[in-house]
Amino acid sequence: MGNYLYTSMVSASQIMRGMADVTHNLANASTTGFRADLSMFKSLVVPGAVNGGDLPLFERTGVDTSFGALQNTGSDLDVAVSGEGWIAVVAEGGEAYTRRGDLRLDALGQLTNGAGQAIVGDGGPLAIPPHAKMEIAADGTISIQPLGQGPDTVAVVGRIKLVSLDADKLYKGEDGLLRLRDGAGAQEDANVSLISGALEASNVNTISTMVKMIELQRSYETQIKMMKTAADNDRASAALMKMN
Amino acid sequence: MQESLWIAKTGLDAQQTRMATISNNLANVSTAGYKRGRAVFEDLLYQNLRQVGAQTSQDTESPSGLLQGTGVRVVATEKLFTQGNLETTENALDVAIEGKGFIQVLMPDGTISYTRDGSMALDSDGQLVTSNGYPVEPSITIPQDAQTITIGTDGIVSVLAPGDTTPSQVGTLQLADFVNPAGLQAIGKNLYLESGSSGNPQTGNPGLNGLGSIMQGYVESSNVNVVEELVSMIETQRAYEMNSKAISTTDQMLQYISNNL
Repeated sequence: MGNYLYTSMVSASQIMRGMADVTHNLANASTTGFRADLSMFKSLVVPGAVNGGDLPLFERTGVDTSFGALQNTGSDLDVAVSGEGWIAVVAEGGEAYTRRGDLRLDALGQLTNGAGQAIVGDGGPLAIPPHAKMEIAADGTISIQPLGQGPDTVAVVGRIKLVSLDADKLYKGEDGLLRLRDGAGAQEDANVSLISGALEASNVNTISTMVKMIELQRSYETQIKMMKTAADNDRASAALMKMN
Repeated sequence: MQESLWIAKTGLDAQQTRMATISNNLANVSTAGYKRGRAVFEDLLYQNLRQVGAQTSQDTESPSGLLQGTGVRVVATEKLFTQGNLETTENALDVAIEGKGFIQVLMPDGTISYTRDGSMALDSDGQLVTSNGYPVEPSITIPQDAQTITIGTDGIVSVLAPGDTTPSQVGTLQLADFVNPAGLQAIGKNLYLESGSSGNPQTGNPGLNGLGSIMQGYVESSNVNVVEELVSMIETQRAYEMNSKAISTTDQMLQYISNNL
């Protein structure tokens, strides 16, 4: 039986992996601050094969860092990163980065995002004391009007750590947060700014994702066709051997 | 079977929950003191199928790996406590809170719940009650012969008895606030309960310590923005359709293999 039967089989199973990836992006088309996963098929050279020893291998190459649409919400605690930049959150193994800015306070006054990840300030998670009003400035500085005091007393309680990251070194961890591949923490970048009262939507391009889905479907069908051809050829050679 | 079927299913589930949240907001567009909800999405855990940075030889490492996402879920439907419009009603017992804070309500089981709905009334004993008939806390009783009722911006309730020339105080409407109002548990009837994530109530007189002030003769309308909800509804519908398209595509692929092999 032809070698190509196995090649098509591996291709078909790898295309199914690709389908799962595309579907995951589509499922997160409404997740605030979500960054689409980029993927590709690469050829895996099989040494020693006589001909056509390349097997396809599905791989995630990184994340799409293009911007999602800005949605105005009017809520004081919603922020979106304007242009390039990331918000630092506390994660397993130190710090990780996200574009998700649907902030909230927990019962202890700690600032977290919608997924419950604590926001990093100057040297640790940010905790906001009881306040009458809270403002998040463009550079991430959080100022409050403390309880029981007039609008003339404004106290600065911390600053959200905003960083810029090298897109080539980014990878998405199992928790969906972005990290630097060398494991280092990023330095604060004063050029990153926030827009208050808005959220950044998912950057999944639904149209190109749907097109990719169709493409995967068709190439999957081609692989199945190849497998069928292999079976037919095999049957034909078996028929040749028959005496009558 | 195929993981893409299940991933698309998580997408459908999440969009359906979002649609329910939007419908609930639209249904409550005329409910006094209603605060709109928002479905908060989160991507599910990733499966590490091939480690990025693994050695491909002694000196080289793989530049990419394979972390397979597993879909999406709704992590919360949070309430957005932005101020609703203040609508004038000319009714002496209607109050709106301008700013932060909740009116405390004594539930029939003795616990305290919190509301932003200030359309109040009197019961047969002259007690100030919410439209559900639950008394406000601390309780305020209006004498039967009161000619006028005045509720000041600081919450002081005073009445004018017949024959008197100066009004007399009968109580103070107190407000409570929370460090994280979004963490309050909504129980319907425009009421909220304290929860583990809301923090403890900080009670005080209106207008002090960051609490809002009381506006007599007004009702705070729902903060639902109809246009925004309709746009969200369209977005939800399309996202739902795309996820169901992903299911049918995967189904067709599986159908193709079983029909052709």
